[in-house]
This record gives sequence, structure tokens and C-alpha cells, in this order.
Amino acid sequence: MSAPRLEMHGLVRRFGATAALQGVDLSVQAGEVHALLGENGAGKSTLMKILAGALRADAGSMRLDGAAYAPSGPLAARAAGVAIVYQELNLAPHLTVEENLVLGVEQHTLGVIRSRRWRARVIEVLQRLHRPEIRPEIPVRKLSPAARQLVEIARALLADARVLILDEPTSSLGLADTEHLFQLVRALAARGVSVIYISHFLEEVRAVADRYTVLRDGRSVGAGALAQTGTSRLVEQMVGRKLEEMFPRVEHAPGAPILEVESLAGRRLPASASFTLHRGEILGIAGLVGAGRSELLRALFGLEPVRRGAVRIGTAAARPGPAWRLRQGVGLLSEDRKLEGLALSRSVEDNLLLSDLGRYARLGWLRRRHMRAATTEWMQRLGVKARSPEQRAGELSGGNQQKLALARLLHHDVDVLLLDEPTRGVDVASKAQIYQLIGALAARGKAVLMVSSYTPELLGVCDRIAVMHRGRLGPARPAAEWSEAAILEAAASGKGIAA
Amino acid sequence: MRRLLRLLEPFLGLLLVVAFFYAIPPHLGVSLTDLRTMLVQTVIVGIAAFGMTLVIVSGGIDLSVGSAIALSSVAAAMVLRAGHSVWLALPVALVTGAACGLYNGLLITLLRLPPFIATLGTLGFYRGAAKWISGSVPVNAPTHGLEHWVRPAPDPPWLVFAPGVWLMLGLAVLLAGVLRYTILGRHALAIGSNEATARLSGIRVPRTKVLIYALAGLLTGLAGVMQFARLTQGDPTVAIGLELDVIAAVVIGGGSLSGGQGSMAGTLAGAFLMAYLRNRCTALGWPNYVQEMIVGHIIILAVALDQWRIRRQER
Repeated sequence: MSAPRLEMHGLVRRFGATAALQGVDLSVQAGEVHALLGENGAGKSTLMKILAGALRADAGSMRLDGAAYAPSGPLAARAAGVAIVYQELNLAPHLTVEENLVLGVEQHTLGVIRSRRWRARVIEVLQRLHRPEIRPEIPVRKLSPAARQLVEIARALLADARVLILDEPTSSLGLADTEHLFQLVRALAARGVSVIYISHFLEEVRAVADRYTVLRDGRSVGAGALAQTGTSRLVEQMVGRKLEEMFPRVEHAPGAPILEVESLAGRRLPASASFTLHRGEILGIAGLVGAGRSELLRALFGLEPVRRGAVRIGTAAARPGPAWRLRQGVGLLSEDRKLEGLALSRSVEDNLLLSDLGRYARLGWLRRRHMRAATTEWMQRLGVKARSPEQRAGELSGGNQQKLALARLLHHDVDVLLLDEPTRGVDVASKAQIYQLIGALAARGKAVLMVSSYTPELLGVCDRIAVMHRGRLGPARPAAEWSEAAILEAAASGKGIAA
Repeated sequence: MRRLLRLLEPFLGLLLVVAFFYAIPPHLGVSLTDLRTMLVQTVIVGIAAFGMTLVIVSGGIDLSVGSAIALSSVAAAMVLRAGHSVWLALPVALVTGAACGLYNGLLITLLRLPPFIATLGTLGFYRGAAKWISGSVPVNAPTHGLEHWVRPAPDPPWLVFAPGVWLMLGLAVLLAGVLRYTILGRHALAIGSNEATARLSGIRVPRTKVLIYALAGLLTGLAGVMQFARLTQGDPTVAIGLELDVIAAVVIGGGSLSGGQGSMAGTLAGAFLMAYLRNRCTALGWPNYVQEMIVGHIIILAVALDQWRIRRQER
């Protein structure tokens, strides 16, 4: 075997007191598609940022084609032939496709840009995407999220990379675009490019990658050929425990109906959704990104206008607006903690009590002592780890932030919990705690409606699951009747969902 | 048709205002003399607003322009009073303005201050500096013909408009080119559109920002020279509150305060719109406070329009 294209050895990176990477080894051959697997927070993104020059390692070494490699910044990495497509979209929305493609590598004479220098390459690269509507002169903000993702990939192609990193590239792509992407990746590998492919979806990884490395808690815990490794083995390496320990079950039984939704339609999404949620029940909603799941929850919480349909909470008709929903006992956990779910610059206490401050007021004056006592109690009950109730929410880890956001709903004592991606960006241990908590809520007679893109968690936690496809919600069926493959098929093709 | 409309978008406000004053009695038209006066009144705000456009498209703001204009006009006056020629006074004023901008840029990037706060601080600092070096009194100095730059009726007459107006128009073309066709301009737009992206693309964001503020300062210095030419003295208390007119010119011209969007043509139209409005109100004999109330709401309208545009795009 020849010397590897890329070798990473003993990489360490700390952020303050927490170690994101504590000794990672990775080796990739030329022309290989290498899957980098791991849970959220395992350190994949940090590792790739170091490779792409956006972060420096505190210790460890990297070699590229045998030569020492330590990029001083993103530009140096790009010059060395390392290109990356980040998970979150990284385009300047006001600039055109072409301007974004050449951003940072513009050719110029005395500071004046010579756009013709890149023109031929830009057109060639865009053609390889098989999406004729992505023209060089269109401002990026006018493109769909999927098209933007493809523009990002084109940006990496333009750099003529030796190593191409794709970080969750299909999270906003449809089936056809995903297939094009796979073809593109295989063609690149055939030309000798090494591709590092980061993804949660194991089926997807098997379809495109040759070998894999698993990261867990900042360490590389396994590597090998995908063809010789079973899925359950991969999952065990990723989560560090057997699957059954991942989803602790708390016994609960459904009671009376509490949320009844009849042909609900929003302004754009959802197109049509009907279901009944009972007390003591956990109902899961699966589907692709953009299918309208979040919009359904938001419409139920009164954040999105309702065009048609009826919503009944208990025996009363739902009244518009989030303030009324909270009064009627419905709470929403937003999928976006940072922008929507929490006031990150405020304290744990402020965040926890925010929705129901009236309880602590006398004649409009807040009673600090009561508030402090309640905060301490709730932090204990949910296991929110913070230095003190005064610590800023933004300083907590993802898992603790999520528990804090959940604690607010519980503090408000809602009966119906609408949970949008409740474990996104949360470490494995906190995930198990959140699952346990959801089960315990159901056991206490609360009703939970849960949207998730992580199919194993829906299968492990929910009593019934319904799949959403292009804004239409299919029938809810017991979780035991579903398999991961069946859910993915329904989500992608709309099978079994009335048009 | 759609394309034409988009091209005209920055000028729509101006067209509406012109139409408004033509529509109401006594149906004021615009004579050449009027136009000359209005254009001359546009010069100071216009030139400073070109710099502000660069700053605003990169997601920043500069509240210190009014003070910096006063400081550089005082600097120019003091050089002239000491018996030196225009050819020393002009560079001194430009360097003064550029230094102000450079300082703003360094505060924002090195101390990581929000531009609003950094330039709010230097607003007071530059004003104080202007009063300090002038001894808090206007500096009278020989003008060496500088005042002809902003006389509505130019000498020689074949110029049609004052040299200062031509200078402003020339700068508009040049800077529109800078914004569109240079690395600096492209990177300014990228930073204003999405700073994280710019950083990940290897753009040296702090250096670019400092450059933008320094270049804007250079233009502010030039506006200071025009201010001196207009008053024929260096007054340390001139141009108080002018930053609001300058920012308004950019915003009315389609510049977005959240960055990523703006054009020199639009800014020019915005600056001219305000001069036009003031001139018409005076011609109609409307008192000063009416002008202020109208200008205030034009700014509100322009920003509301910008917000509406952003929301529409997000759908």
C-alpha cells in the first residue's frame, strides 16, 4: 500500500475546559471515500475544521501526501488542496453564484477583479451539478436550500481539491440530488481525490464510502472497511453502549384524547394533517427536512397562520397565538435553541421561569427568593448542570441547554408538549436522559408530540409514528409496525400517504 | 420590464418626491439655477455618503462623520492660515479624515467593539479635537479660490455645474466601480452579507474592515474640504448631526443597515433627494421644522421598505 494521502495523528483540541478532541487518528488513501461517523458532539466538525485550517490543533500532527501539513488558515488549506463543504450553509446570500464560488480566490490586477479568469471553470463546475437553474449570475438568496447546498459543493470542486470534506452534505437534498451527489463523489474518487464523508445516515454511508472511522467523545474508537462491518457494530461504536440502553423505557398507557387535529393546513405547509393525541401518549412524526413537520408544530402552537382545519385542545377549540396556547396547556420546544428556544445571554433562572413569571410576582414585583428556590428545584429535577442559576444559558453545553428549554415547558406545567428535534446537538448521555424524561412525562399523563429526523430515536421512544411527506401527514401507526427502512421509504416516496 | 424596474429602484423615491412637488400647487418646475443650487447642496453629504455606503454594505456604521468633517475642515483652514498653499491643505485634510477612519476601524477590529459604540465614542472625540486645535473659534483663512468649487454658478460657465459637483459625480462612478469590480468591494459585500462565510473563505476580515473605514475616512476628509470651501472658514462646530443625513442618504438609496446591499448610484440619489426636498420646502416658504418632519418620515419609509424587502426574500 502506498503512503496515505492524509494522515492525522494524536490530534487534541480544547475549548476552555472542555476537550473537543482528545487524541484522534485518521488515515485516508488517495481515491478513497472515507466515512467519518459519530454522534453529534463527538468531535467530527472540530476535526474537519482543523483539517480545513479554520481551527488549530493544540497537539498532534498531520501529513498530506507524506509532507507535514499545518495550514495557517482557510486560504492556506485551500491552496494545499483541502476543500470543505460545511454542514451549515456558508454562502453570502447577497452575492451571485459565481461571486460566491470565487470568494477569497478572486483573480485580480491591482485590486480590480478579472472575472473572466474563472468564468470557464465556473461554468464547467456548475454543469457537473446537473441543475441547469443554478446559473452563475443568480444571487444565492434566490436559490432553494438544496440548490445552495449544491453551490457549496461546486465551491469545493472549483478548488481542484486533493482532499474534499463533505459535512452532512445531503441533509437538505432530495433523493434525485442525493443520487447526483453520489455520482459526483464516485467520479471524483475515480480521479484520485480523497473524499471524507460525514453523515449520520448509515445506509447513505454504505452506498458511497469504502472505509470508515468512528469518533466518540473526541477519540477515534474504531476504523475499518464498511463492507466487513455490520450496522449494529457501527452503531455500538458510535454510541458506546448497546442499543437497548440508549432508549430507556418508562411504562405508560394512553388515556383520553387531549389534542385533536382535523385536516389542518397552513399558509404554505402543512398541506393536510389529521391525528388525535391522547394523554400519556408519545406520538412521533418522521419525514424529510422541508416536509413541513416543524411548520405543523408551529401551526399547532399558533406561530404560523392556519388556513384550514380544526384544532381542539381537550374539549375547547384552540384560539390563535402562542400566549393562548400556553394558557390552554400547550408548549413548544423549538428546534432552534440558539435563535428561538433560549435567550442565550440571559441566566438559567431567567430562561427557566420566563413563560410564567406571574407566579412569582406580588403587585407586579418579582420575589427573588421564591424564584431562586424554584430554579434550584427544577435544575435538580431535570439534571441541568450549571455553575449556578445565574450562569448564562449560552455557556451551557448543548445537552444542558436542551434540558433547560424542556424545564421551562415543565415549569409552565403544560399538558401537551410539542417537541421539535428534542435531541439535536445533544451528547449521547444527555440524549438517554431526555428519552427517560419524555417517558416519565407520558407516565404522568402528559401528551407528547415529537418531531425528529433521527429515526432510531422515534422507533425507540414513541408509541405511535406518522410520516410526513410534502406537507401531508400519513396515518399514525404503532411503532412496532414500523421499521427504519419503512419510515425512510414513506418519507422519501410518500408511500401510504393519501395525496 | 422587471429588470428596468430593479435598475430604477434606488431612484423611485427621488422620482416620487419630484412628482409630488410638481403635482401640488404652485406646480414648481426645476430651472437650471435650481438644479445647480441643489447639486451644490448635495456635495458634502454626497461625498461623505459614498464612504458610508462602503461601511454600511460591509455591515458597519459610522456615526463620527459629522465630527470628522468638522475636524478635517478645521485642519485644512489652519494649514491655509499658516500661509501654506492649497496643495498642502488638501492632503492634510484628506489624511486627517483617513486617520479618523483608520482609528474607527482599529477600535472596531482590535477591541472588537460594535461599530455603533466605537463611532459614538469617536463622534465626541473628533469634535473635541476640532475644538481643541482651533481654540473653539472658527478659523478664518485665505481660501485660494477653493470657494469656487461649490459656487452654484461655475467659473468658467461652460462647466455648467460647479467643479465640486463634477468631483462628486466622478467619485460616484469611480466608487461604484470599486464596489462592483474590486476585491475590496466584493469582500465588503461578502462581509456584510455573511461575516462567518467571509472568514471561512479566507478573507482577512479585520484587515478588510480597517481598509473600508480608512477609505470612508478619506472621503470624509474630502467632504471636510468641501465644507471649508462652502463656509470659507474652518468651523469646529459645523456639521453637527450631519451623520444622520449621510446615513439617511445611503438608506434612502437602498442600502441595507444589516449589510450586503447598497449602491453608489442609490446613495447619490438619496443625497440628492434630501437636498431637493430642503430646496423645495424653502422655495414654498415652508418653515424649517416642516422639512425636518418630512425628512424624518422619508427615512422611516425607506427603512420600512428595506425590512419589507428582506421579509419578502426570506419567504
